[in-house]
Amino acid sequence: MDMEASKKKLGLKERYNHLTRGLDWETSYQPMEKVYPYTRYEGIKIHDWDKWEDPFRLTMDAYWKYQGEKEKKLYAIIDAFAQNNGHLGVSDARYINTLKLFIQGVSPLEYMAHRGFAHVGRQFDGASARVACQMQSVDELRHAQTQMHTVSNYNKYYNGMHNWRHWHDRVWYLSVPKSFFDDAMSAGPFEYVVAISFAFEYVLTNLLFVPFMSGAAYNGDMGTVTFGFSAQSDESRHMTLGLEIIKFILEQDPANVPIVQRWMDKWFWRGYKVLTLVSMMMDYMLPKKVMSWKEAWEIYGEQNGGALFNDLARYGIRKPKGWEQATIEKDHLSHQAWATFYNYGAAALFHTWTPTEQDKDWLSEKYPASFDKLYRPRFEHWEEQAKQGKRFYNTTLPMLCTTCQIPMLFTEPTDPTKICYRESDYKEEKYHFCSDHCKEIFDHEPEKYVQSWLPVHQIYQGNCFNPGVDPTAPDFDPLRAVLDFYKMNFGRDNFDFEGSEDQKNFAQWHGEGA
Amino acid sequence: MSNVFIAFQANEDSRPVIEAILEDNPGAVSNASPAMVRIDCEGQLVIRRESIEARVGRDFDLQEIQLNLITLTGHLDEDDDQLTLSWKQ
Amino acid sequence: MATAAIGDYAFEPKDTLDKFHGNQLLYIGWEDHLMFCAPLAFPFPPAMPFKAILEQVLPGAYGAHPEFAKVDWSKAEWFKSGKPWRPDYEKSIGENGLKHKDVIRFRSPGLTGIKGTCS
Repeated sequence: MDMEASKKKLGLKERYNHLTRGLDWETSYQPMEKVYPYTRYEGIKIHDWDKWEDPFRLTMDAYWKYQGEKEKKLYAIIDAFAQNNGHLGVSDARYINTLKLFIQGVSPLEYMAHRGFAHVGRQFDGASARVACQMQSVDELRHAQTQMHTVSNYNKYYNGMHNWRHWHDRVWYLSVPKSFFDDAMSAGPFEYVVAISFAFEYVLTNLLFVPFMSGAAYNGDMGTVTFGFSAQSDESRHMTLGLEIIKFILEQDPANVPIVQRWMDKWFWRGYKVLTLVSMMMDYMLPKKVMSWKEAWEIYGEQNGGALFNDLARYGIRKPKGWEQATIEKDHLSHQAWATFYNYGAAALFHTWTPTEQDKDWLSEKYPASFDKLYRPRFEHWEEQAKQGKRFYNTTLPMLCTTCQIPMLFTEPTDPTKICYRESDYKEEKYHFCSDHCKEIFDHEPEKYVQSWLPVHQIYQGNCFNPGVDPTAPDFDPLRAVLDFYKMNFGRDNFDFEGSEDQKNFAQWHGEGA
Repeated sequence: MSNVFIAFQANEDSRPVIEAILEDNPGAVSNASPAMVRIDCEGQLVIRRESIEARVGRDFDLQEIQLNLITLTGHLDEDDDQLTLSWKQ
Repeated sequence: MATAAIGDYAFEPKDTLDKFHGNQLLYIGWEDHLMFCAPLAFPFPPAMPFKAILEQVLPGAYGAHPEFAKVDWSKAEWFKSGKPWRPDYEKSIGENGLKHKDVIRFRSPGLTGIKGTCS
């Protein structure tokens, strides 16, 4: 029998079309809206799912092939790292604290993203949307795993990394990233992709990964550079998808525009607040610094985000409402954040410290409008106190913002010496916020945020003690009981870097004695 | 018109790709920082398969660049021969 | 606005008064002293005299600041939810009209923080 031999391999576009169009079908014995029940209640109107397209046009065969290559490359380096005492190669033991924050705060979000995309990867009506979300779900699981594997090599030698999964659900500052993702996960599928794919991946993720990975490279952390860049190669695809999703939704129906705009306002602000942690990582926690938070915001926020929103203006989309405030705050964010962790360093699962002379000079140079005037005197006072053996610790729990769950540390946009207080009354209860934008998010969906699991309130309700602990006992120490509930190794995981086990070990490993 | 950009890991696989981009896009500017190279270009940036193949001396699948990609901005369009990043306004 | 949801969406607030074992929450901020990074949260019994806050609670909370010893409570300016307000130090927290999760702040005239930087 004659069969015409295929003349040529299928092109990229044809292969992608076969996967995402040819393999899908319309159900006949069940209505489509019963098969995909979650894509209508948010008010988003979709008329033609076939308009959704992954611009990389990645097909499954190519996906597995390239992901497999990325893994081989990554694990070859992780092996080399472990075989060659990679944990000794970092610039200074202070650097390790950025990894603690990363495994505690960011890696659990990768896992949540895996779950979130698995969910929406089932729920969207369009096959190309489902394929893209399923690929991203597998990517995110890979990120969580490779981060655990890489950090496990450091966990053998340094404190503060041994119980991050337990901490993520309990520890006060980790409720910030946790509640961010829980908020997105409990929204509908469209809000979820606008929140995570667009606002977080496209608009904000460069501010997290690019300077951080460059910082890791500069500080000699081969392991983190490797998992970071391996993840980032997937991230480029996620970002591209984030932009495509927005264009797809906006082009489907004009009624989608105001809904998407409100989600952008909300999720830009929610994501930006989580990045408060990144700002202090860049400015205070990297012993060798790459760029300041302010510079990163100018490049990846103002320039890059500016270009993006310029482009989206043709759909009637404007910059998120909190944009201007983020720009004003760029001179203050990292200093206020680090000062907060310095305050509560007894209850944090990483070390804090006052900046060195060299650090302070760098901060003065990078922040000429704010550091010397407002923040240098604060850190120098603490430095002086610590020299006299009176290292300052704030021993009273802080007031938290109901929406972002961050202590109320942010100042008024018009006055960096005044704390910004906002409040709302809802059904006879009072709620407090750190900013106009967090208040607005609450006011729009109060029933969602009355459920906020605010760590300080939970502690005062008695919900953060181990079973069997008796809060009425005469020798009861509530703060210590909370840290036991956290499963913190008290005296090893917490307190100042100066005098820490990490510091002593690092010096000893480098032959400098204890 | 705003800039688009693309960033790669600074390694031997990326080198011919970066060289090809800089040659094919006269307005492109490269910036090196630790472990990465970012290329900025006003309005639009094109990556051509043939230009990379001419440097590596073998067939090159444009999707291979994903192995070393760090980040990018702009609208993306990819087929077998080229990858384009652009802003529409 | 209501939360978009697939069914009824109404929840019990997580932090109502009845959950605090007889205490109410009171938030206190010290203006111009950002060495304390944020206002503080306290659980107090409503019958507690207001002056106990000044005499027994705040020295432990703010005493590490070199200016705290100089605070003259007779001259302190108070604010409740940002508006000028005058507590009666002799009366209890409840008698002063403070409700669960109220926020008050005080300003200590003449004290402007470390090196006058509001730290």
